[in-house]
Amino acid sequence: MPETTFLDANELVLNMGPQHPSTHGVLRVILKLDGEKIRGTECVIGYLHRGVEKIGENRTYQMFAPYVDRMDYVAAVSNGLGYCLAVEKLLNTEAPPRAQVVRVILTELNRIASHLLWLGTHALDIGAITPLFYVMREREEILNIFEAYCGARLTTHAFRCGGLQYEVYDGMEQQAKRFCKAFLPRVDEYEELLSENRIWKERLINVGILTGDECKQYGVTGPVLRAAGVKWDIRKALPYSGYEKYDFEIPTRQNGDTYDRYMVRIQEMRQSVRIVEQAVEDIPSGPIMAKVGKIVKPPVGEAYVSIEAPKGELGYFIVSDGSTQPYRLRVRPPSFINLQALERMSRGALVADVVAIIGTIDIVLGEIDR
Amino acid sequence: MRKLLKTVFLVDLIQGLWVTLRNQHPKHIYTEQYPAQRPKIAERYRGAPRLNIHPVSGETLCIACNLCALACPENLIVVTSERNEQTRRKELTTFIYDTSRCMFCGLCEDACPVDALELTQDFELASYTRDGAIWDRQMLEEGPKPTRYRY
Ligand code: SF4
Ligand code: SF4
Repeated sequence: MPETTFLDANELVLNMGPQHPSTHGVLRVILKLDGEKIRGTECVIGYLHRGVEKIGENRTYQMFAPYVDRMDYVAAVSNGLGYCLAVEKLLNTEAPPRAQVVRVILTELNRIASHLLWLGTHALDIGAITPLFYVMREREEILNIFEAYCGARLTTHAFRCGGLQYEVYDGMEQQAKRFCKAFLPRVDEYEELLSENRIWKERLINVGILTGDECKQYGVTGPVLRAAGVKWDIRKALPYSGYEKYDFEIPTRQNGDTYDRYMVRIQEMRQSVRIVEQAVEDIPSGPIMAKVGKIVKPPVGEAYVSIEAPKGELGYFIVSDGSTQPYRLRVRPPSFINLQALERMSRGALVADVVAIIGTIDIVLGEIDR
Repeated sequence: MRKLLKTVFLVDLIQGLWVTLRNQHPKHIYTEQYPAQRPKIAERYRGAPRLNIHPVSGETLCIACNLCALACPENLIVVTSERNEQTRRKELTTFIYDTSRCMFCGLCEDACPVDALELTQDFELASYTRDGAIWDRQMLEEGPKPTRYRY
């Protein structure tokens, strides 16, 4: 493909966003079109920039914990987990076993919630309105569990550095179990609606292919990587929070197209249900907070912890200078890095496919712009 | 051959439509008619702040220790106090809480040593002015009074 400039007469430059309903937030994509064909895309980000990393340098370790929920607000619990694990690594402590199991339950429920919201909006982009209503209904059950556990539905602030603040409420195990039981038939229902549907297949199969090698080159992680046949999941590769105790599989697919990514996420929801079911079976008793003082003051040093967030590898890098505030805090957001692959995936595709491709990466702008 | 028949008879679409049809049943209605029907709020919900008063004497429980203001990441709580000459205790004079900047993280609530400050289950915090979002001590003790609609 020859390099073209913006002034080329044959080329049409089209701005998609920032106020476009299918860019899932305030993402602006500059499309260079040749008729209906995409010849290049350029993402303009930063509309939602709040300087979260800088805020982190001005807050104590505990005070910063609620801010991380505002990055990937669809999966706030995972963000909180990553941050707390990083601080715990700096402090060289570990959350007690009871806290770890509760953390696993909540993060896995959050993974389901995040994938559900992705499924609903992705289907909506492609033209299937119905799934959106159904996934909201199921997501509501998960949010009710969050609300009853920690008092907030979206920006949960469920975990604290060193463990948990809130004890498990009465009936949480039963509620989670009931949800899991009712949820599996629901997944089958989504599959019934979509998997075999001919419009759905036409729109997704062989759209936005990203091979495993390309994924590695771009640093893409999460379901996008697994759909390309690379079996990489941090929960298995570098287990944290006791994930090694649970029996689950990493779903992978071979083609790396949009349909495969859909299938991987559907399978992941089922695996998450499996983990939750195992975890609620035996929540060990004991304390929920490690011995962390009221003032968190880690020794001089640095720590990087990455976890498997619903969207990919979420990493927190904290440099401590021995004071109560981080010297530098850096986040490795999965959406930001996965979005880079948009350029590659949409090259040569049609305009209508760009919508499907943006949807399939599963981005959250709060996390990209931070 | 089966595949062809399936395609001709639109099996895939009918399958999807059947799911939709199943969910049409009135017992699957999930929508909440919000102002008419009040949502169930969890006990631990972190909503509107409240400054608790002693149930009998009506005096505030707050000992003006300022810990909540120090714990708040947004620095939005201002506590002023003065020393009572007779009892030699600090007494609360004003308490200002800016709900417009609050993110309801619950850190202030956790920091309070006497459970005076509490985030309650009230969630209707809208006000017509920006000043209305800044709550003083009286407002914090009484709680918000949202409009109740009748149907
Ligand atoms: S809830 Fe959080 S942000 Fe709001 S006043 Fe309390 S500590 Fe500050
Ligand atoms: S922490 Fe509690 S007692 Fe202390 S000033 Fe705040 S509300 Fe009052």
